[in-house]
Amino acid sequence: MTIVSPAIDVRGLRKSFGNKVVLDGVDLTVARGTVSALLGPNGAGKTTAVNILTTLVRPDAGTATVDGHDVVRNPDGVRAGIGLTGQFSAVDKLLTGEENLMLMARLRHLPAKRVRARVAELLEQFDLLEAARKPLATYSGGMARRLDLAMTLVDTPRIIFLDEPTTGLDPRSRHTMWEIVRDLVAQGTTVLLTTQYLDEADELANRIVVLDGGKIVAEGTPEELKRLVPGGHIRLQFADAQALNSAAALFAGSARRDAALTLEVPNPNGVKSLRSALDRLDGAGIEVADLSIHTPDLDDVFFALTGRVERPQTEGIPS
Amino acid sequence: MTAATIQPQRGHVVTDSLTMTSRNLLHMVRYPGLTVFVVVLPVVFLLLFVYVFGGTIGAGLPGGAVHGRETYAAYVLPGILLMTIAGSAGGTATTVSMDMTEGIVARFRTMAISRAAVLTGHVLGNTLQGLIAVVVVFGVGLLIGVRPTAGPLQWLAAAGLMALVAFAITWLAVAMGMAAKSVETASNQPLVLTFLPFLGSGFVPTESMPVWLHGFAQYQPFTPWIETVRGLLTGSDMGVNPLLGIGWIVLLSVVGYAWSMVLYNRKSVR
Repeated sequence: MTIVSPAIDVRGLRKSFGNKVVLDGVDLTVARGTVSALLGPNGAGKTTAVNILTTLVRPDAGTATVDGHDVVRNPDGVRAGIGLTGQFSAVDKLLTGEENLMLMARLRHLPAKRVRARVAELLEQFDLLEAARKPLATYSGGMARRLDLAMTLVDTPRIIFLDEPTTGLDPRSRHTMWEIVRDLVAQGTTVLLTTQYLDEADELANRIVVLDGGKIVAEGTPEELKRLVPGGHIRLQFADAQALNSAAALFAGSARRDAALTLEVPNPNGVKSLRSALDRLDGAGIEVADLSIHTPDLDDVFFALTGRVERPQTEGIPS
Repeated sequence: MTAATIQPQRGHVVTDSLTMTSRNLLHMVRYPGLTVFVVVLPVVFLLLFVYVFGGTIGAGLPGGAVHGRETYAAYVLPGILLMTIAGSAGGTATTVSMDMTEGIVARFRTMAISRAAVLTGHVLGNTLQGLIAVVVVFGVGLLIGVRPTAGPLQWLAAAGLMALVAFAITWLAVAMGMAAKSVETASNQPLVLTFLPFLGSGFVPTESMPVWLHGFAQYQPFTPWIETVRGLLTGSDMGVNPLLGIGWIVLLSVVGYAWSMVLYNRKSVR
């Protein structure tokens, strides 16, 4: 089997709704069998990008091929190979979990004999056996999301789109979801996920594409992106303002927070610069109440790239 | 296998439509409230018109001077049956409007299934619901003493006509449900249809109406349908009504189907 095309190939994608430019010339390539994360704040254009790639929305300009098929010229070709689990649960709320899966199995044209077996497999795999015959009204958010994903996987699509798969989930359900995504990738599925959680992108993705204001502002592995921001800092906590004052005078380029009695000292060289900082404090006889080491994470990356600190809400808002 | 040889699955239009129909039927079984409403309203109308107004209105009908109420019951039943079908349109528009806001429909749109299947499922499911309601209302008609004079062929023709009417009205209702901005609008709009039998020959002969209303009452879709069913069940003169009725069915089906598909595709591809 020779697959020549990348899973997803996007060139110069543009989309506006009315006067609002949502995607402003996006280029993106996703290799088969990898996980890519579209990372960005609300309104960055993540969902619109996914909607175009899953044939729900037509682009204004540019080309996009998914699984080797053009999304505009051959949407049915695209649809045959993809699965989407959107931000809003795409389940039939009037049916039971089992009925939802049966519906998908039939619509994916599984052989009649396979339908029941496959549904049973998925119920087991997604820990939904107990709730299989209960109406969806009784499902928790995590269960509904698992069912949603199970429905996407009825026919093991080659490329899966996950639009904010863990928004609104409790930490335990989030980790279950992450496990499921890792399993999928281990089986060779290509995954494109969108998220506003930096740790999620860091946790799951081989490549992260940072989208802001409809443009790609950075792209690379999590490590590459972290390298974009210079080293971390040490946060020193003092018992009183006098100690803070003396310490601040000691370290040029440090940032003081008077209210919290803390001082953030740049720490460019890890343990080496940490040791020298502690030696200097010792030498000056300054008492440090507490100390924490801050290594650069994607929050810093995001701040460096967009000039804003993004604190995701627990509740998802469509972007 | 190369990527270029992966072709979409086609030729599943019928299978997909049936899958979607069973989905809609399951909804009706699970949540029978709407179906009950669709049945109860015409039954109430039937009893109201036969037992409250029937004696007086019946006396004015040809041959109704002696057994006014019985004559009127036989006269009004076809009108009520068509009203039942019109009433089920409200249920259809409501369910379609609700369904379109559900995430599951977005999922259907990203799947390689026939685009018409989602709507065909609604149409077949609701047509069946309408017909079940017709059967129940008809049963009540028999219980209160209506005795149609129809032979087997006439029965078949009447049932067939009502199935086609239900089909046409349902397509129209599907379009209304999709065009509506909210579920409330969707449930109210088709009330116009429920009202039409009153402005036709559903409850009184159109000849008894003022001249300015007469023309409309005579040719609006429900009158030819009602007159045809009435003719088949009671042997009254049908005239050109069967032809006119079929004409309306074809026209409304085509308009309803085309309107629905345009709306569905517009919502699909923005």
